[in-house]
Parts: sequence; C-alpha cells; structure tokens
Amino acid sequence: MSVLLVADHDLGQLSPATARIVHAAAQLGPIDLLVIGENGDKIAEQAAKLAGVHKVLLAQELSFTDSDLALLETLAQRYQYVIQSAGSVGRDRIPALAARLDLMPVTDVIEILGPNRFVRPIYAGNALQTITDPQAKHILTIRASAFPAAKSDNTAPIETLGDTTASVARLIATHRTEGDTPDLATAQIVVGGGIALGSAENFQLVEKLAKKLGAAIGATRAAVDAGYAPNDWQVGQTGKIIAPDLYIAIGISGALQHLAGIQGAKRIVAINNDPEAPLVKLADAALIGDLFEIVPQLIDELDKAGVSR
Amino acid sequence: MKILVAIKRVVDHNVRIRVRPDGTGVETQGVRMSMNPFCKHAVEAAVQLGDAGHADEIVVVSVGPKAANDVILTALAMGAHRGILVETDAELETLAVAKLLAKIVAEENPDIVLLGKQAVDDDSNHVGQMLAALTGRPQATFASEIKVVGQGLEVTREIDTGRETIAIPLPAIVTADLRLNTPRNAALPMVMKARSKPLAVRPAAEFSVDLAPRLQVEKISPPAERVAGKTVGSVSDLAAFIAGEVSQMEAL
Ligand SMILES: Cc1cc2nc3c(=O)[nH]c(=O)nc-3n(C[C@H](O)[C@H](O)[C@H](O)COP(=O)(O)OP(=O)(O)OC[C@H]3O[C@@H](n4cnc5c(N)ncnc54)[C@H](O)[C@@H]3O)c2cc1C
Ligand SMILES: Nc1ncnc2c1ncn2[C@@H]1O[C@H](COP(=O)(O)O)[C@@H](O)[C@H]1O
Repeated sequence: MSVLLVADHDLGQLSPATARIVHAAAQLGPIDLLVIGENGDKIAEQAAKLAGVHKVLLAQELSFTDSDLALLETLAQRYQYVIQSAGSVGRDRIPALAARLDLMPVTDVIEILGPNRFVRPIYAGNALQTITDPQAKHILTIRASAFPAAKSDNTAPIETLGDTTASVARLIATHRTEGDTPDLATAQIVVGGGIALGSAENFQLVEKLAKKLGAAIGATRAAVDAGYAPNDWQVGQTGKIIAPDLYIAIGISGALQHLAGIQGAKRIVAINNDPEAPLVKLADAALIGDLFEIVPQLIDELDKAGVSR
Repeated sequence: MKILVAIKRVVDHNVRIRVRPDGTGVETQGVRMSMNPFCKHAVEAAVQLGDAGHADEIVVVSVGPKAANDVILTALAMGAHRGILVETDAELETLAVAKLLAKIVAEENPDIVLLGKQAVDDDSNHVGQMLAALTGRPQATFASEIKVVGQGLEVTREIDTGRETIAIPLPAIVTADLRLNTPRNAALPMVMKARSKPLAVRPAAEFSVDLAPRLQVEKISPPAERVAGKTVGSVSDLAAFIAGEVSQMEAL
C-alpha cells in the first residue's frame, strides 16, 4: 500500500504539521511526500529527513487549487492513499480531488484504526464517527494535533517533477499576521484570550503571558470578530484545532464551538470571573476573579519562580 | 447575474447534542433545527450582491427532507427570489449532495454559486470544493470578502497564515466563512412575502444520480469525558500549578 502525502509549508519552511501527518500515515504504507511550491528545494530537503518518507517529490510551481488538483489527479493513479493535513490548504484541495476521482473522502481523521478504518469528529467534536472506507483508494485529511511528530533522521531521495499546469486564479495580496509565535496546531503551550480582554491593546496581556511561556496565542471568535486578535489565532470549530500539553484560557466562557478546538489539550487552566462558565467547569485548575488583576500578578509570580521558556 | 445559494437544514448550533446510547447516531428527534450558520452568511452575501446591483436573480436550493422547506423560506424572507427543494429522506454523503447540486447548476447555469464553508452537523467542509471539481468551475473557499471586479471576483480568504486575496474568473464557486457579513433577520413583512415566492419541490430520484453511500459508519460514540473542574484559591497556587506543568514538559 503506498501513500502520497502532500506537505504543508510556509515562507520556505516545512510546516511542523507535516512531521505529524507523516508519523500518522507511516502506519498505512511507504510515503512519497509531495512538495508543491516555488523555490521548494529547501522545503524538500527538510521533508527528506522525516522518518517514514520513501521519497520526496518536488513540483516547483506556484500552488493554486486548480493547478495542484491537476497534478494530484495525475499522481493519485499510482497510490492507494492521498493524504494532507486538515489545515486550510488540505481542506481546500482534498475534497475537490476526491470528487474528481469519484471517491468519498474521509476528513479530519483523529485516529487510524486500520488500513481503512478511521475515527473523525462531528458536531463540533461532541460525537465521534467510526468509519470503514471500502473504496479502492482512500482520500484523507488528518488532524496534525492528534498525532506526535515523526523523527528527523532520514535521508530520502528527492525527485523533481516536470511541467505543471497553469492556474486561472491569480494571487492579489496576502495579509499575514506578523510575529514569531509558535505554530498553534502543534504548540506545547497555548495561551488563549476571549472577548473579556476588551481591546486589542489589552489583548497584549495574553501575548505577554504567552511570550513568557514560549506559548502560541489563541483567541475566541468573539475576540477575533471584535478585532482584538487576527483571524488565524481563532481556536475552535471554525478555527484551529489545538492539542497542547497546557492550555491557559483567559476570559473565555467555553462555548461549545470553542471547546471543539481544545478537546485534545492535556491540561486546561481557566481564569474567569464567572464560576459557572463552562470552561471553568472542566478546567484542571481554575482561578475565579478579574483577569486584569490576576494575569499581571501571575506573570510576576512566574518570574519569581524562575519559569521561562 | 444569477446567483445560486446552497443551504442546509441542521440541528441548531446552540443545541447541545446527545449521542444515542446504542451508537446509531445523534438524537435529532424533537431537537430544534435551523439553517446552517455558514449558509446564512452565504445567503446574506447573495442578497448584498443583489442590493449592489450585481445580481438580478437569487435562487436557493436545499437537499433534504420536506421539512427543509423552512430553511428555504428563511432564505426567501432574507431576499432570495426562488427556492428549490431536492427532496429526499435519506442522509446523503457530501459527494451525493455535490452531484445533485451539480445537476441544478447545469439546469440553472448561475454565474456565482455560494455555499457555506461547512455544515455544523457533519463538519465536513466538502461540498463547495466538490461542486467546483464536478462542474469544472474555479473555487474560492473560506471567503471573508467578495468583490465583483470586471468579469470576475476578488475574494479574500481566511487561511492558516492569515488572509489572502485571489482573483478568479466567472462562473465560480465561493464558500462563506463567518466574518463575511452579518446575516439579517428578516422583518415580518418579508416573512409573509416569502410564502408567495416560487418554491419547486423535486424528488432527488428525478436527477438519476447514484445516491448510495460509499462509506460505512460503524458507530457514533460520545467523546471521552473530561474530569470535573477544580478551582485553586490564589494566584500563587495557579502559578505553582503552571510551573509544575512546565517543568514536567521540560523533563520529557
Ligand atoms: C457556526 C459557529 C462557529 C463558531 N466557531 C467558533 C470558533 O471556532 N471559535 C470560537 O472561539 N468561537 C466560535 N463561535 C462563537 C462561540 O459560539 C462563542 O460566541 C465564542 O466562543 C465566545 O467567545 P468568548 O468566550 O470570548 O466570549 P463570551 O462567551 O462572552 O465569554 C467571555 C467570558 O469572559 C468572562 N469575563 C468577563 N470579564 C472578565 C474579567 N474581567 N475577568 C475574567 N473573566 C471575565 C465572562 O465571565 C465570560 O465567561 C462560533 C459560533 C458559531 C455560531
Ligand atoms: N443537503 C444540502 N443541501 C444544500 N446544500 C448543502 C447540503 N449539504 C451541504 N450543503 C452546502 O455545502 C456547504 C458545506 O457543507 P459540508 O460540506 O457538508 O460541510 C453547506 O454550508 C451548504 O452550503
């Protein structure tokens, strides 16, 4: 059984999610890891190091949905599995690829039970579907947050692919969130802030605590809609799915759409002035009170205890 | 221009669902149902494009049971002109839904098809992309802004690294994200007027599409329960808890 896995990358770097998808997919068969991107050589070199990768395929092109699909459709003929992470690129391409191949995809896989048995969440994670896929080929997206990373001790060969298709789409602008905070989907610690922060300026309190802990920053939809945080920090049913060892939720009620994104968190800390907030009810350690008093004190106490990463 | 909007009737997003103890599914009997939130944003986007003079006809389509008429009426009350119910009592997979919608696209030949980015029951996030693949039309998924520019669209998309704006030619498929707009609540006169707008009911069988499921759902189970929450008494206790967790991580 052979696997075609599409790598995720950003700014010329392989995304940390890919190592996790490689680890998950390695149990399905030898992996050909496809890197699609202009100037993808460095990404391909990083990809070649991942344990479980049989070979790296490099397509040097601007990645667009339609051109990627044309490439994937051709390559798919040779594989039993086509897989990508359930990030925004995989979500965009994989269902379209499946439809072109007249196959039903299985997406957001969080557990692989066998060669064609998978578990995926539905209803914002409030129910889990166990699925058998009897089709000849399996088209999957996998959630990086649900799997550990593959080791980087491999030296797989890199093969460059020939001509690729042009796209009808044109990129006009990118609006990136500047900063060097860790990747949310794979971070070990995440500090999240809600609408209670009250302004973009106050949201820096969340950022300050995150910086101290070397944590990624998350936000609720309410905080993003209000303009306190950029959209790519949103955690939940419509945002990113996280599974850190520690999630610190500040002024977040714990609506079910937010909880959908944090079910994989090992430990949850909540700071909230409402003892009845759903997130307080399931936190491993909740402190009831005003976040504007608590968070600055907490940063001081962590300083005193010499905690910093 | 003509715009087609696909809408789904789902368990209302505020309902806390219950998994049936026998593992056969989620309890939907006697549960409040409503239009999928992302579809509401899609309908609103269509109506706003209409208000801006970019659309002279907005058609909404839903695939589902007779009761899905109510979400079509909601969309008509929001400002859509005409509805189509592709009626079936079967729970269809996304590929089958996309194939039925592709037939409607072939009949109606709309310039823009708007869908929600995901249905909050199955959380699939498939149908728009599948429809684009089946109809050979370009797609712009997860839209937070849609502009008609010349003969095409400029769509701003919400992606993992922030946002990006792409230009695509028409006809095209666009899926709506939550920050696209604020859906209106239809005023009572519009609700009354909706009842007199045309609504065609067509059995799914009429479209000669193979609707048989491809996947076998073995069971539906509840997620693991988290242990009940604990509170700590002071900031120092909280700091000690966090410090303890962090030191364990570093030990790994
Ligand atoms: C289809 C759909 C998808 C959605 N997807 C997402 C998603 O992906 N992610 C997401 O987060 N949401 C999502 N939402 C929105 C979600 O339903 C909630 O509205 C949102 O999560 C609430 O955000 P919040 O916790 O910041 O705000 P609130 O619910 O208003 O909670 C604020 C909390 O702060 C506390 N508080 C107030 N002041 C203080 C203070 N001074 N000190 C301490 N605590 C204080 C309050 O007690 C309260 O618990 C979605 C909604 C829909 C309909
Ligand atoms: N049964 C349906 N009838 C009409 N539109 C649907 C149906 N199912 C899905 N859609 C559309 O496809 C979008 C994405 O749904 P999904 O791929 O199921 O998450 C929804 O927001 C709708 O716009």
